[in-house]
Amino acid sequence: MSELTSLTIAEARTKLRAKEIKATELTEAYISAIEAANEKLNAYIKVTPEKALQMAEASDARLAGGKGGALEGIPLGIKDLFATEGIHTQACSHILDGFKPHYESTVTQNLWDDGAVMLGKLNMDEFAMGSSNETSYYGAVINPWRSGGSNQQLVPGGSSGGSAAAVAAHLCAGATATDTGGSIRQPAAFTGTVGIKPTYGRCSRWGTVAFASSLDQAGPIARDVRDAAILLRSMASVDSKDTTSVDLPVPDYEAALGQSLKGMKIGIPDEYRVDGMPEEIETLWQQGIAWLRDAGAEIVNISLPHTKYALPAYYIVAPAEASSNLARYDGVRYGLRVDGKDIVDMYEKTRAAGFGKEVKRRIMIGTYVLSAGYYDAYYIRAQKVRTLIKRDFELAFNAGIDAILTPATPSSAFGVADENLASDPVKMYLNDIFTVTVNMAGLPGIAVPAGLDHKGLPLGLQLIGKPFDEETLFKTAHVIEQAAGRFTPAKWW
Amino acid sequence: MSVDFATVKRVARLARIAVSEEEANRMVGELNGILGFVEQLSEVDVEGVEAMTSVTPMEMKKRRDDVTDGNKAADIVSNAPVTDQNFFLVPKVVE
Repeated sequence: MSELTSLTIAEARTKLRAKEIKATELTEAYISAIEAANEKLNAYIKVTPEKALQMAEASDARLAGGKGGALEGIPLGIKDLFATEGIHTQACSHILDGFKPHYESTVTQNLWDDGAVMLGKLNMDEFAMGSSNETSYYGAVINPWRSGGSNQQLVPGGSSGGSAAAVAAHLCAGATATDTGGSIRQPAAFTGTVGIKPTYGRCSRWGTVAFASSLDQAGPIARDVRDAAILLRSMASVDSKDTTSVDLPVPDYEAALGQSLKGMKIGIPDEYRVDGMPEEIETLWQQGIAWLRDAGAEIVNISLPHTKYALPAYYIVAPAEASSNLARYDGVRYGLRVDGKDIVDMYEKTRAAGFGKEVKRRIMIGTYVLSAGYYDAYYIRAQKVRTLIKRDFELAFNAGIDAILTPATPSSAFGVADENLASDPVKMYLNDIFTVTVNMAGLPGIAVPAGLDHKGLPLGLQLIGKPFDEETLFKTAHVIEQAAGRFTPAKWW
Repeated sequence: MSVDFATVKRVARLARIAVSEEEANRMVGELNGILGFVEQLSEVDVEGVEAMTSVTPMEMKKRRDDVTDGNKAADIVSNAPVTDQNFFLVPKVVE
């Protein structure tokens, strides 16, 4: 790792503005780092060095004229779910074979408008369906973290596994990611990085390949809380092209860092203590509570009684929406086509060849729960349970709670091709048990590294906030980060 | 509720995904595992609870019904597997 790639976004920003370094040098350092590491980590599925250097040269010209934007010259990795004009955009699925959009997603356009540089597209679970990045058509991503003394390959989490691994291994200064049930926060926790899923409606979904439209939200994965704040400010916007984009000005999240927690009430929900959770996670949680208390916050025990129903409700709502959204992949307008004896045969063969196992499984579940006779029993019931989950949070916030502290995941990173998890899809789904409630209620949630387990692997804590109160999450996560320190994997790649 | 082999084949047909006998057999077990997991929702009292339709309270944005985009036929068909003169080509549908 060269010195340049070890700079945070905030540090690089200062040096670029002071003309101590050039955007082209910084970009070249990242391109070399990617070339050296990607074969082992598989974080990038498409590297765009020519485009990166072109963008960096333009950044240098703007910086020389003193006209740099908020992210001028900062090299970023982009999850393959975001449409990037003229560049590979396949949600890491075979069914979008060769797809190159003629448009740019709003989130990535916002980043380029602020001067950021694109290094390439990052690996992910196919259509963002997965918690280990093993469902990607382009193969698993390897976590840059290893257990002490072991060379076993670990997963980086998912679905934004490429984003998390690239940030942790310093293969980009920061990355875009998306979160439908935990896909930003779980991989962030598994890689010692910071990930925030903002409130539903804060980032435009326009130009982001849809998985479950009422749950999907874009957000950043970054090396520290400040960098996440800087990235989210640029990613978020009010967008007339997305009817669920909320009409609220985007605050300067970075300004919240360093503010006092005095007088804040932090809720601790007992329902997040689950069977079989390792003792280390409980210890970490208690440590987090102590840090926030020391910083002047009041700790309040709260109850979110419908917590255990969030994951089962999610596995009705998300597949239902996915089965509808993924109906568009039919071999006619884009991507893969497998010929058949008639049009229906062509559809069926194309979708059989184009979708991976997990995606097919979810489309099947979604189709089943939406089919005649089952719609009320499954889908409507799940949406009612969702109302109750959201109400639990509303009651807590109405009672004066400012933010809720929970563990981010029920374990640290697990092994690639774990047989125990592969044998039962539901076991893999349980990875999202602490994160999925937040998507169901549309709330913001941040995962921040808080310590290492006995194997030397990172563990994260999650903070959940009120709608559009990301500032409180940044300020509180910053206190945890200051107390816990930062965690970087020892380089082996 | 649980699914059997015939239901899996029927759902696969509805979802327009070709499945082999072997895949369908495997899916029976997997889908029943997931349906068994979501079954716990039946213990929740949802009497009088409204089903969620929008996670963030917001009024649907409206705009004037004007044409604001278009004339991009070549762009739109450029990613299609088979086209002819800005038309998508599909196997014959009507005899």
